[in-house]
Amino acid sequence: MKNFTYYPGCTLRTKAKELDRCARVCAEILGINLEEPADWQCCGGAYTTAKDEIATKLSAVRVLNSAKEAGNPLITVCSACHNVIKQTNYDISHDDEMCGKVNRYLGLSENYSGETIVYHYLEMLRDVIGFENLAKQVKKPLKGVKIAPYYGCLLLRPKKALAMDDPENPSIMENFIKAIGGTPVVYAQRNECCGAYTIFEDKNQAVERSAKIAESAREMGADMIITACPLCMYNLKKNSGCDIPVRYFTEVLAEALGVEEVGNEQ
Amino acid sequence: MNSKNENLKEQVLRASGVNVLKCMRCGKCSGTCPAYGEMEYHPHQFVYMIEKGDIEKLMNSPSIYRCLTCFACVDRCPRGVEPAKAVEAVRLMAVRKQDGNRLKPEQIPDMLDEDMPQQAIVTALRKYRK
Ligand code: SF4
Ligand code: SF4
Repeated sequence: MKNFTYYPGCTLRTKAKELDRCARVCAEILGINLEEPADWQCCGGAYTTAKDEIATKLSAVRVLNSAKEAGNPLITVCSACHNVIKQTNYDISHDDEMCGKVNRYLGLSENYSGETIVYHYLEMLRDVIGFENLAKQVKKPLKGVKIAPYYGCLLLRPKKALAMDDPENPSIMENFIKAIGGTPVVYAQRNECCGAYTIFEDKNQAVERSAKIAESAREMGADMIITACPLCMYNLKKNSGCDIPVRYFTEVLAEALGVEEVGNEQ
Repeated sequence: MNSKNENLKEQVLRASGVNVLKCMRCGKCSGTCPAYGEMEYHPHQFVYMIEKGDIEKLMNSPSIYRCLTCFACVDRCPRGVEPAKAVEAVRLMAVRKQDGNRLKPEQIPDMLDEDMPQQAIVTALRKYRK
């Protein structure tokens, strides 16, 4: 068993329960022990890049530090949490002034300066388990299913902080799809934004963006779209006008590993 | 540039960490921006107008609420200018002003539906108010 500190984030506890449940069940099957810290707080959903913002970065630093204290790498599933936590970790290791301010504020027994290694769940599958080993554990391969991986914006960018894959020509989700027996669909809009939080400014912006993404996946023959992000899921389901099923990547993983009763809903 | 504009410019540069002088005005950031059609000022214009000290025009433009913070312009700018960070610094200056909040908590209940993820709400609060 390999231990990870697990950060679910607010949405996996509420509207995206299946994203969370499947992540946990599959980790157990794969011999990964996820330890959830008792006192995590919401990451805020978006990383505030401004250097004069400190308070908005503290919840991410707190969970990074609890992983450090537990001696574990940290694992995230939601694209937004992953983005906030990795950007925080990058800036705290590269910006001495910000690091100093954060530590003066938190008053930890030992300063936190970026020691924790952060994995997205997909990176754990690729780098800790290995896609070849994952393929060997598959019980119900998704044979013949053409799956369009939707990266969106937050999973891969900015590249220097997230350091996960090539944001312009990514392969991690395509290789994941192959490992679970499906056929990956490469399409133009796979790494463009869904419209995100602009639903609160002008819903049309999200409607247009997410329709473009769904259209692009459909043109390339997708039977299904998969995502790691609850907000992408929402926009693709509610605002794109798309009739292609949209699923969380952990749901299709769970199905492939033979988990019973994997929900189709969020 | 008058001293007020000089001061606003200085604040944006400091908060964003962006070096506007690195920009070669190729327009690649705007060419790739998924919010291009919704923005009155496009990312390359943010960079140029900040250099000129035209900050108030940017602060008063709805463009600052249309940027998706998708970081496409950050990763695709050949000069490492990171325009999204400049947009964010301007937006923060606008929402930090007294009565500068773009979104009020009492507006939110009417905008919700049963599938709306918490992530959308917390992100909007972070982007649209202080
Ligand atoms: S892509 Fe970079 S160099 Fe080109 S206009 Fe935009 S900020 Fe300037
Ligand atoms: S971060 Fe904003 S300005 Fe930059 S490409 Fe995305 S939407 Fe456009």
